[in-house]
Amino acid sequence: MPWLFIAPITLLHLVVVVAPSIGGMYYALTDWSGIGKADFIGLENFRTLFFDDGNFRLAIRHNVLWLAFFLTVPFIMALAVATLLAQTRRGSMAIRTAFFVPYVLPSVVVASIWRMLLDPRLGFGTLLENWGIEGFAHPYLGDKNTALGAIAFADNWHWWGFLMILFLTAMQNIPADLYDAAKIDGANRWQEFLNVTLPGIRSTVFFMLMMTAIWSFLVFDYVWILTHGGPAGSSEMLATYLYKQAFQRFEAGYGAAIGITMSAIAGIMATIFVLLRRRGWDV
Amino acid sequence: MFRRRGRTNLIPNYIILLLLVCFALGPILVPLFNSLKTPQELGTNPIGLPRAVHMENYVNAWVQGEFATTLTNSLIYVVFTVAGVLLLGGMAAYSLARLDPPGGNLYLVYMLTLSTLPFWLYVIPLFIMWRNLGLLNTRAGLIIMYVAFNSPFAIFLLRSFFMSLSRDFEDAARVDGANEWQVMTRVVIPIMWPAFLTVGLVVALGVWSEFQAALIFLQKDELLPVTTSYYNFTQRFGRDWSLTSAGAVMMTVPVLALFLLLQRRFVTGLTQGGLKM
Repeated sequence: MPWLFIAPITLLHLVVVVAPSIGGMYYALTDWSGIGKADFIGLENFRTLFFDDGNFRLAIRHNVLWLAFFLTVPFIMALAVATLLAQTRRGSMAIRTAFFVPYVLPSVVVASIWRMLLDPRLGFGTLLENWGIEGFAHPYLGDKNTALGAIAFADNWHWWGFLMILFLTAMQNIPADLYDAAKIDGANRWQEFLNVTLPGIRSTVFFMLMMTAIWSFLVFDYVWILTHGGPAGSSEMLATYLYKQAFQRFEAGYGAAIGITMSAIAGIMATIFVLLRRRGWDV
Repeated sequence: MFRRRGRTNLIPNYIILLLLVCFALGPILVPLFNSLKTPQELGTNPIGLPRAVHMENYVNAWVQGEFATTLTNSLIYVVFTVAGVLLLGGMAAYSLARLDPPGGNLYLVYMLTLSTLPFWLYVIPLFIMWRNLGLLNTRAGLIIMYVAFNSPFAIFLLRSFFMSLSRDFEDAARVDGANEWQVMTRVVIPIMWPAFLTVGLVVALGVWSEFQAALIFLQKDELLPVTTSYYNFTQRFGRDWSLTSAGAVMMTVPVLALFLLLQRRFVTGLTQGGLKM
């Protein structure tokens, strides 16, 4: 009887997620267009990926840059702002709400907003020029040196506020007497942050660092909507590359191999974090 | 930590916070303003307040973007996914929290592990399977996927809500001769509705905003949810920002209104376990 209640959703999850995941591992070893018979070719797809495919290497590089960006910028912003906000009282609920709003917007809308703001002729650069500040009008999404950074900026605009709320919630669970004790010991605000706040929320920070590391290798929406991986592959990511291979060039086997590789990288990142945690980081 | 009033100077805090509030909310005003301008005005005044209010962009976007169809589609996806997740996930969570199935803890570990399987690992075989089953380009196909994607999160969150509820009410009903199904539907669900609402909101927000699965699994125009349809719309009318801005506003207003109305539930649900990007 208890299992009768559990069975339907479990079966659904098995069919939609688990079985195809296993299937993907087989297809990664085949040359297959997605239609008809799949030719078993062993590890050939992986050999091509790792040794002959410059686009793949480029995509990995971009995902690593993306990871570096998202492990630092949103975390610094969120920690700083959560600390500031935790000290305030008047209006703090309204401010919290304001920071949370971008997070509930769909990615297509966020992308649409930033496509306008980052436009070279009609974007925020032009607005600044009207105010007498020159030099910010630039085709951020159309220049291969800035496209990746511009997409990360737009994604982070929608993301960091959510991270901040998570940290703020964790900070509010720190007992007030720890702060009182720090005060008595003559700690300044920075010492208070280092010795009371940060240790108090470190398990939340650590968990989110881990989730960020996993997600960084799976990102798709913002890149696809804003640049399709361009210009000239300058913002190509593993997920956009997989999408192109599997659903536009009909290289389903090759796409599956990319899928496994990116999942494995994400899995390794997660494992590193779990091991660090066991190794006396004590979080 | 809230009792330390007056001991530190908070004015710098407020200045920084207000600047960042402008950073968070300012960009949202851009599509709102642009949607009220004529394309001619937009060419000279791309970001600021409109000089005169023009509502015709909304009419044009509504018709050309087929918002009547796509908003309905999105609503269908949201309603059926939420219903499916709450029904099936709720049943599983209830069983795990209350009926003590043998191996229940093992099942939780299984669910937790497998909920981390990334979309890009299984998307290709799933696509092939959906094609073979005739579920590609169908509403049911997308809804089934969404229910499966959201189920681990729903099971965990609902289970923890069930655990925090006292068993006394249920035991009283059992003493009166109710069977397990009646206990669940007549006693537990009426008490638990706030928890269901929280989970439902998080799932609804996720489905309403979902892009990548809809992009891959639906190609027929008349089935598209508002996200991918809006994406096609912006590809088609790339430079007509007054039109695309009106579209952006139309698909955002329902979410934003619901969020502001039920803020606390949203925040609780999203921070407690809706750890999705």
